[in-house]
Order: sequence, then C-alpha cells, then structure tokens
Amino acid sequence: MAKRIVSFTLNGRAHDGVVPDNTLLLDYLREGLGLTGTKTGCDGGECGACTVLVDGRAQLSCLTLVGQVAGKAVETVESLSRNGRLSDVQEGFHMKLGAQCGACTPGFVMAAEALLRRNDRPDDDDIREALGSNICRCTGYIKILDAVHHAAARRRGEEPAPYPPLPDRAAGQAA
Amino acid sequence: MDALHSFEVIRPRTVEEALAARQAHPESRMIGGGTDLLVNIRRQIETPPVLIDTNDLGDLKSIEAGENGLVIGASVRLYEVAEHPEIRCLYPAVAQAAGSIAGPTQRNMGTVGGNVCLDTRCIYYNQSEWWREANDHCLKTELGDMCHVAPKSKGVCFATYSGDLAPAMLLFDGAIDLLGPNGARTVSMRDFFIGHSRQDGSTGDGIDYMAMEPGEFVLRIRAAAPGNLVSGYDKIRIRRSIEYPVAGCAVAVARDGDRLTDLRVAITGTNPRPVFLEGAADLAGGALDDATVQGIDDLCKDQLMSMKTTFTPGHYRRRVATKMAIRLVRELFEAAA
Repeated sequence: MAKRIVSFTLNGRAHDGVVPDNTLLLDYLREGLGLTGTKTGCDGGECGACTVLVDGRAQLSCLTLVGQVAGKAVETVESLSRNGRLSDVQEGFHMKLGAQCGACTPGFVMAAEALLRRNDRPDDDDIREALGSNICRCTGYIKILDAVHHAAARRRGEEPAPYPPLPDRAAGQAA
Repeated sequence: MDALHSFEVIRPRTVEEALAARQAHPESRMIGGGTDLLVNIRRQIETPPVLIDTNDLGDLKSIEAGENGLVIGASVRLYEVAEHPEIRCLYPAVAQAAGSIAGPTQRNMGTVGGNVCLDTRCIYYNQSEWWREANDHCLKTELGDMCHVAPKSKGVCFATYSGDLAPAMLLFDGAIDLLGPNGARTVSMRDFFIGHSRQDGSTGDGIDYMAMEPGEFVLRIRAAAPGNLVSGYDKIRIRRSIEYPVAGCAVAVARDGDRLTDLRVAITGTNPRPVFLEGAADLAGGALDDATVQGIDDLCKDQLMSMKTTFTPGHYRRRVATKMAIRLVRELFEAAA
C-alpha cells in the first residue's frame, strides 16, 4: 500500500512521518513512535483511554487516521510534564489518588487538560460533562473529580484544598 | 495492534474533486469524523477500498442560522452545532440533539453529515467478526441471509436508526442537499429516510435506509423557519454518555393562549428510520388535555416498531419513547406560555 508523508506538530515539535493510509493515530503513536503513554482500551471509541488533544480539543486517537491530523497540533500525555515535574493535572491525579490501575488515566488527564484550558474554574457538573467520554473502572470517579479540582486550583495559582487530616493514630491507640 | 484492511484515502479540497473521486471509485465511502465508519471498519463489518475524507472541504464547514432558516454544512462538527448561539436560540431541539450525541470527545470529531447518515444498528450486526461468524452472520452483512431479530422477516432488516440530528431537523421540515453524478438535488428528510421495513418489499429497511443514489453524498442539511414553534430534544440512554439511545424524542409545539395550535413529534432509536409521527398535527387545535395525550400514545403504538435490536426489549423502548414524548410535549407547552 502506498505510503504518504504526513506533517504535523507533535507535542510542540514539527514532525514528518511516512505512514500508510490505513494507519490509526493511536497505533502510530504507540508502535511507530514509542509514545506508549496513550493507551489502547476498547479499540472502538467507547472508553476514552486513547484521548489525545488535536488543536487543543480532545479526540480519540483510536478513531483518527494519521492523515487526518496533517497540519494540526497533536498533544499526548508525554507533553505535559516539564523538566521532570508533573503538570498540575498529573499532580492532581497523583495527590488525590485519581488513578488506581492507571489504564484510563492518560485519557482522563488529556480530557481534563482540554477542559482546564477553556475553564479553570469548573464545577462538578462541568467536569462530569467534559470527562463524559472517558470510562474508569477503578476509582468510582469521585477521586477523579477531586483530582481535577486540585489541578484547577493549581492553575488559578491557589493552594488546592487539602484532604481532612487523618485521625491521630497514636491518640486512638492510647484511648 | 490489529492493522486495518488496506485502503486508500483521498483528500479532496473542493466539492467537485470529491464528486470526481466518488465517481472514479464507486465502492468508496465518505469519512468525516470516523466515529461511526472506523468502528465498523475495525470490526470488519465494512471493508471499503477507498475512503474520501471530507475534512478539507471548506465549502461544507459553514453554518447559516437565522429567522428564515437553517443551513448546516456536512463537515461541521457536532460540538459546533451544539454551541452555536443562533441554533440554540431559534432551533433549540437541533442544538440539544447535537449536544446529546455520544460524549464530548466524540462530538469534537463527529460531523453533521455523518450523524445524519449514521449507520443503522443491531445487536447481531455491530459485533466483531468472530462474534458474527459464530452466530452465522446476519442479513445486514453480505455473508448472512437471515434476520436473527425477526427470522420470518422475508429478507427485511430491522436494524435501528439512532441518529439524533435527523428527528430534530424533521420538526422544521428538514431537507438534505445531495450531490451526485446527476447533479445536485434537495430531498425532504421525510422522503430521504425510507426504512419503513414493509414486508412486501415496497420500501427500504435497515440495510437500505436512505434514498441516496449510487455515488451521491451529503452537502448540507437545511431546516425551514422556526416561526413560533417552541422545540426541545430529550433522550434516554442506559448511561449518560457514549451510548446509543434507548429512544430519542424531538418535539415542537406552538401555543396560542391556552390552545395548542401546532404539534410535531419525531422519534429516533426505535425504527430503521427517524419517525415523524404522522397525525400529530391533527391532535393540535384545542387545549392540551387527556385526549391529546391519549392521541400521542395511540400514534406511538401505531407507528413505533421497535424490535429487539439493542440490549433492551422492543416494547420497553416503545414505552420509553411514548412517555418521553408526552413529558416533553407537556414541558414545552408550559414553556411556551
């Protein structure tokens, strides 16, 4: 099958790839470029694990042909951390335990990133709506809401709300 | 990674180039967002040798919405329709329908043309190749010759149409601009969706659900002036996002004092076509009373033909659609006061 040169911006850098027409962006990122942060989940557009940003909007890389992002800016989860420091969204998922098995997390992180770029003061409904294309089987979503609130606070330059302090174990044992 | 079958992608820049490509490759399929077609390709339900990408067709990316009518290009993304201020104001059913499709990420990708032409679905069809093979395939695929939903269907397919935009557009005399080898034409949506599944074979069915000539493709969809219609869209799904509807319902009412002066109801997710309830307008004219509600109930019983094509039983989907239609009529009648 014929291959074509596809030029796009990948994580802030110009990228030229030679790809067959039938290559999906997800497979190209993972198998072709080794960017395995983006996960393969349902493989059918139902779970959101493969979410990447295309021109700043969340898209499913499992249902995008590489040729369809020609001339566009693609961002994957690998683009978020800077100099070894987690981004605010990644920090939120880490601090608030928004990830358990982690398979869905890169998708959630990218969908949350897209939300926070448009709206850095989302309420619970905004977050539920923006993450509506992503499925998590571990967390029950509450901790993911906490994680995005944490990230939104960081992005606004505020100190995120801490969890209530843990019970004082020593005192409990004494009693 | 499972590679997709080999195909070529053509990326026309103009509508004329797209038409030429379509004529040169009769077996080609148009691809917009790919959220419907690429899933089917992945499952080897379809294996088109050529895809024609509509994303570079600048002519088909505009929205014109005003008091006099609505025209939406086929390559417009669904989120653009959902967020468009004039559509939200004048054609709320259309904006709400667009905003209810799948989830936010799918709406960033999916296009208007793709949603209108959404493939009909069935639990015996939208499955992986090995699943279908184990079940001896079905009527809708080339390999099968039996409808598992209705074994005595005499070659008629009952796969369900579940697009959301079409019912909302039907409220406003929706039409579709098509371009094909014989030129451009505009078809009313009521004539375009032919999936009546009559057993005598006089109409289309779940396989042949659009009145589209070979080589034709959608340019734009259009709706007439809203006038004094107050409209809305509602749909019920097993979960709130990324799910095909149990049933979807678009309603428009006009109210003068305490009188219901116009009533239009269109329902999706039940039949192999979006159903514009015939006879609903005859129920208008008086107050919105029990007789009107009973009338809607009767029309739904008569015209909705939901079969067991999804994970919910057919009669349940019909009841859901009926109740939702009645609820929406009541809400909109109140809102129109």
